[in-house]
Amino acid sequence: MTDATRTIRFTLNGRAVTARIAVYETLVEVLQREFALLGARESCAQGLCGCCTVLVDGTAVSGCLYLAAFADGAELVTVEGLPKDGVLHPVQQAFVDKGAFQCGFCTPGMVLMTKELLEQHPHPTEDQIRHYLSGNLCRCASYPEIVQAVKLAADKVHI
Amino acid sequence: MRSIGQSVPRLEGHAKVTGSVEYIHHLRLPGMLYGKIHRSALAHARIVSIDASAALALDGVHAVITIQDVLSLVPNPYYGPAFHDQPILAHGKVRHVGEPVAVALAVDPHIAEQAADLIHVEYEPLDAVFDEIEAARPDAPIIHDVLKPAGMFTDLKHLGGRSGTNVALDARVRRGDIAKGFAEADRIFEHTFRTGKVIHATFEPMVSLAEKQGDGITIHTASQSPSFVRAEVSRLLGWAENRVRVRTAFLGGGFGAKLYIKLEALVAVCALLTGKPVRIGLSMDEQFYTITKHGATVRIKTGVTDDGRMIAREVETYWNGGAYADIGPRVTQKSGFTAAGPYDIEHVALDNYAVYTNHPPAGALRGFGISQLVWAYERQADIIAREMGIDPLAFRRKNVLREGRPHATGTVVTDMEIDAVLDLLEKRMDWRRPFDRGTGVIRRGRGLAIGLKACISPTTSVATVLLYGDGSCALHCGTVDMGQASDTAMAQIVSEVLGIQTQSIRVVRPDTDVTPYDMATLGSRSTFHMGNAVRAAAEDVLAQVFHIAATSLDTEVSSLECVDAEVVSSRGARMTLREIMLARFAMQAGTIVGTGSFAPHYKKPDPATGQSPDVTPFWMLGGAGAEIEVDTETGRIEVTKLVNVADVGRALNPASVDRQLTGAAIMQVGFTLFEEMVFSDGQVVNASLADYKIPGFLDVPRDISAGYVEVPHRNGPYGAKGVGETGVFSPSPAIANALYDALGVIVHDLPLTPERVLRAIRQAENRPLGDE
Ligand code: FES
Ligand code: FES
Repeated sequence: MTDATRTIRFTLNGRAVTARIAVYETLVEVLQREFALLGARESCAQGLCGCCTVLVDGTAVSGCLYLAAFADGAELVTVEGLPKDGVLHPVQQAFVDKGAFQCGFCTPGMVLMTKELLEQHPHPTEDQIRHYLSGNLCRCASYPEIVQAVKLAADKVHI
Repeated sequence: MRSIGQSVPRLEGHAKVTGSVEYIHHLRLPGMLYGKIHRSALAHARIVSIDASAALALDGVHAVITIQDVLSLVPNPYYGPAFHDQPILAHGKVRHVGEPVAVALAVDPHIAEQAADLIHVEYEPLDAVFDEIEAARPDAPIIHDVLKPAGMFTDLKHLGGRSGTNVALDARVRRGDIAKGFAEADRIFEHTFRTGKVIHATFEPMVSLAEKQGDGITIHTASQSPSFVRAEVSRLLGWAENRVRVRTAFLGGGFGAKLYIKLEALVAVCALLTGKPVRIGLSMDEQFYTITKHGATVRIKTGVTDDGRMIAREVETYWNGGAYADIGPRVTQKSGFTAAGPYDIEHVALDNYAVYTNHPPAGALRGFGISQLVWAYERQADIIAREMGIDPLAFRRKNVLREGRPHATGTVVTDMEIDAVLDLLEKRMDWRRPFDRGTGVIRRGRGLAIGLKACISPTTSVATVLLYGDGSCALHCGTVDMGQASDTAMAQIVSEVLGIQTQSIRVVRPDTDVTPYDMATLGSRSTFHMGNAVRAAAEDVLAQVFHIAATSLDTEVSSLECVDAEVVSSRGARMTLREIMLARFAMQAGTIVGTGSFAPHYKKPDPATGQSPDVTPFWMLGGAGAEIEVDTETGRIEVTKLVNVADVGRALNPASVDRQLTGAAIMQVGFTLFEEMVFSDGQVVNASLADYKIPGFLDVPRDISAGYVEVPHRNGPYGAKGVGETGVFSPSPAIANALYDALGVIVHDLPLTPERVLRAIRQAENRPLGDE
């Protein structure tokens, strides 16, 4: 490997940060190594499962493919950035309330995708939920509970 | 009941939704090396030479490990739970594509990956065999020169030294007189059903780390069986077990993939050879070459009387075990003996063959071989019922195995609510309602199926409950929480006994230096076995607490009760658990330790007949009902309704039971409709989630639900039985039976891909599709 490294600056969960990265490194690698943020995690490494979801400028990306270099200047939100003052984000709380996970490996990605969904469709139908989240996979197949959690979160976020 | 039977939220829920829950996947050790495996490109070949010079020349590469290095440390480098047949790295030859041949160790994962690619191996190809039927023939290429059963199982000993065969194990059951049974039958039905290979695809890919510590070694591993890893690594190294520490964390899924030894022996050897901590983590595609579910060919022949009673059944099953036995021989035997299904059949002959092939090894995958068998006997049940003009549900009611009747193994069935399961299925499926099958391109059908499993036996669980000086409580148990919510269930049991809130009980991660022995987290055994051990450990603490309180309060133990972390006497005197600790240790200090262990009674089956009066601690029974729509122009099936029903003994945590049943059923929908490893010369051509599709949101049936029957099992903790696998037993035949109901077409092989279904439809219409 070459030592082609560079420094990038971005906003991470509301805080301005800098990181020294190798040009080939992905967002997941950098978040884990430099910031000990473990919520975005690699599973398929091909952009297919959504376990590595990170919001970049408000849009969900696959952190396993997204090169860290492209985050320069961007605003990043990871699952760790969702709780406010120690209180879970309503989407996270809905996942707890509905028990919408088993092993939990896919959960941060599901939570972030749900947040994005509710920003676009505050009152999603069941079809909208299934289609919007269909890029996120759960091998434990907690899908029915996730759909319930999304509905619960939709009620809580917007009432 | 205070805690049992409540849908207590998961203890680790907060950590899971914030992403902070601990997985071994995330562990990094100071100064560690990253290992990347160089894998075989051929299915069967002799290794002529390994050239690592280009890899070693790369900056940052620390070492390349081959079997020669391993042998300097481990003279006999073969491991496995049933057979000692799998070398830590390929030894002289490779037996499947993807077999680990060498490991590149580097300071950075990218460098390790590059180095692994630069290792050059020269092979001399050998003939390979992939199909289980072909591999079992006497003239097939031989994959292992000699069979090497592990010492642990005495009933496999006789196989030692056998050579010139790929059949690792043949297991039989004989009951009644099968020839007489067929002679007395009015109709005989004979079919062959097949299932392909599928994989677990755990989202936390397999990962292990090892570090030398003093004269011992610590292995951090995403494992379902820390106790087994300790025993096996100790054996390989020739060390006492107490020099090997194996710890795990929460698992990002297991489903049987992370059982026994996977990467642990390799990573331990790498750490000992280099003196540095080593991490080996697989990528998703490498998992396809590590462990799979068994493909199987099931020949089933059933004799029926004119009044619809099955009186004779012969089942011959060939299990495609892949290149290494893993736990395959156990699947073959312990699931194989249920091949006649949950039916009361007088004359039974079952033959099961564990067959080596040049595919990646097959092991346990949620159900331990059961779903392959249910696929065959429940598919055939509907064919028989239709041919005899009997309603499929009525046919089952006529034939099921009821309380007090002997199973094919001779064990008398108890604590199995088969009629209640059928009744619930009938109700949930609204079975008596007339059903509209449609007339156009889209046709509708419905079907049901039931499946039986015997929990494997004998196995042992041990637990410790600790009460600390301040009255707080911890549970040490080796059950690994891989998503099934075992931590919460075990804490509920402690809570039930001690009256301490479930949420405040600390469940310690399995760590062989700390947590007592547990056979493994597999086969739906934990709730029953560990649950009993935990209950006994908590009761041991309670007895000690009562003894102290009785002395302090000057009363009889029999007058005491424990409520909300307080001991209360019948006269109203009270002591908190903290006060009890103070009374015992004179200050906030000390520990009260309670221990419990559980191993069910068991009688080994007779090797010639498979007969045993006590073959399993509990029977698991699951049923499914499905409604489908099938597109007769494309062959595409949509499951519109799926009901799963299980006999759970008692649901310790109803929400968890529901999730286990439904999650398992959706996984099985994937195995039914589209999941299948596709091979070409032993190479998996679809080894990635891009080409191997698993169920997503859009594959979940619109109407999916779980139901369960609760009649407490006499030996279960609070009556509970295991349930983690029950949901996979029956969906496949239920869906295929619905297809049969819709169109009358018979599909013998899983999965029911549109192409396969369309071919069957066109075949039935006498205008078969061509081969293009
Ligand atoms: S790990 Fe990035 S999408 Fe699967
Ligand atoms: S909860 Fe295990 S992958 Fe979704």
